Amino acid sequence: MTVSTSRYRRRLWVNRALMSLSVIAAVAGLTALGIILTILFQKGIGGIDARVFTEMTPPPGSDGGLLNPIYGSVFMTGVAVIVAMPLGILAGTYLAEYGRDARVAVIIRLINDVLLSAPSVVVGLFIYELMVRGRHFSAWAGAMALAIIAVPVIVRTTEDMLRLIPDPLREAATALGAPRWHVISKVAYQAARAGIVTGILLAIARISGETAPLLFTALNNQFWSTDPNAPMASLPAVIFQFAGSAYKNWQDLAWAGALIITAAVLVLNIVARLFRTAEPKR
Amino acid sequence: MDDAAAGAPTASMNKVSRRFARIDAFFRNLTGFAAFGVLAVLAGVIVSLYFGAQLSIDKFGLAFLWTDVWNPVKQEFGALSEIYGTLLTSALAMLLAIPVGIGIAIFLTELSPLIIKRPIGIAIELLAGIPSIIYGIWGLFVLAPFLQVNVQPWIIDTFADVPILSSLFAGPPFGVGYGTAGFILAMMVLPFIAAITRDVFDGVPSVLKEAAYGLGCTRWEVLWHVVLPYARVGVTGGIMLALGRALGETMAVTFVIGNNHRISSSLFAPGTTISAAIANEFTEATSDMYLSALIEIGLILFGITFIVLLIARYMLYRMELRTGR
Repeated sequence: MTVSTSRYRRRLWVNRALMSLSVIAAVAGLTALGIILTILFQKGIGGIDARVFTEMTPPPGSDGGLLNPIYGSVFMTGVAVIVAMPLGILAGTYLAEYGRDARVAVIIRLINDVLLSAPSVVVGLFIYELMVRGRHFSAWAGAMALAIIAVPVIVRTTEDMLRLIPDPLREAATALGAPRWHVISKVAYQAARAGIVTGILLAIARISGETAPLLFTALNNQFWSTDPNAPMASLPAVIFQFAGSAYKNWQDLAWAGALIITAAVLVLNIVARLFRTAEPKR
Repeated sequence: MDDAAAGAPTASMNKVSRRFARIDAFFRNLTGFAAFGVLAVLAGVIVSLYFGAQLSIDKFGLAFLWTDVWNPVKQEFGALSEIYGTLLTSALAMLLAIPVGIGIAIFLTELSPLIIKRPIGIAIELLAGIPSIIYGIWGLFVLAPFLQVNVQPWIIDTFADVPILSSLFAGPPFGVGYGTAGFILAMMVLPFIAAITRDVFDGVPSVLKEAAYGLGCTRWEVLWHVVLPYARVGVTGGIMLALGRALGETMAVTFVIGNNHRISSSLFAPGTTISAAIANEFTEATSDMYLSALIEIGLILFGITFIVLLIARYMLYRMELRTGR
């Protein structure tokens, strides 16, 4: 009896100790992440005023804003999405509708999942070799690098969402005499629309904060430029340059830019989440 | 007469169905073409990086991998210090992030009250989406100065006379260095590990857990003997995925690594990683050989992460098969 009580007590203690450790780990981890957001907000909010959205990036020591990098980020992200969207949706369609469990589809799925978390700096090198070397840095190259990062995200979500559509729906349409492309475009796409939009939003969120692939494709630009054949500023690249500098006003702008990007990414993620839950599961 | 009456509609229907069949084939090929685009990107990356690195591969050969020299002036390059930094910072990050991440997952699946379970889970997923440059500038402006003033001097003094630890924590407190970079990486991958581990834990059938509780197991015993063995493959896959991200991460590391191509056993010494070296030096690389060497370390990085991520995905697939999702 005494043996079993002492063993029982030990088991309880082990349990209590390890569960406390888990709570401590959770609290510590969440606090650390909370601190990051809090400091980002504190440092960033001070730098945000109307000038940030209306003036160009300044030389060291004088006032200015982030208008040209904001334009550059929006432009390059936009072009990237326009390129990546059809490619990603079509490839996802192939995997979900035609390929399914065929060996080719399994391999493509695996490679796509690997590319999903492949180092973005390598994508930058790839586009540099492809579009910049021997020519010059350009916004087109930056947009292409971002597109390559966006495609796997869209492929993955499109496939996942199409696979959620029950097959009887497709069979019913086929039984009515609809050809395959009709079944896909009029039935499957319609039913999976919210999910596919979610994927695109997530892809935008992912690429809008990407820095490494832009550093040697679009480079950066101190001035206002809308020429896609020339180097173009982007928020992440400007943050990289300004944060690494020794000038106070540049550092402040870097924080403001960081806050803008984080806010944009969080909003996109939250909207994507709402989109997915708004549509009832079928 | 019968033939004539039936013939007309069949002919037109044949025409329609032929048209449909043509569109069908076209659409199928179009999607297949796009899917092969994914493979083309992979092939394109490997081929273009190989050609970009040709100069350096021809000159330095395989010895590039274990040569510790980085001298743009003399045009001599070796990847050892970058590979060392990449592996060391990622290992540190995993060492810190795995226990904390699993702790968060245990907390979320087994301990937390239902009211805060969902908000915290969502918050973690959102944090996983924050761009890495945010972690980078936070590390540069907040963490590095803090460590430099408050933490590193104390650790250096404390372990100065302990044999192995003294070389691990040697040198002046720079603030930036391997240790700080590892710490920032840990914070960056923490949400990934926590989110994936939680998903895997949630996938463990509750009958198994209930049976164990029914036998009188404590929470810890259920976790250790039931949940973890069942979820091991999935958790390992998630950790490998996070490791893949940590190895290739650029912006979170570049600010706080110190950019020094010297190998040091001290965690407080400034060093460099593959991605940080590329990000910092690529636009300044003046000679073809310099550029080529940077591209070659990029190729090495791609090779390492590709293998790690492949293993990660394979493990996660196996887990999915098991949980039948």
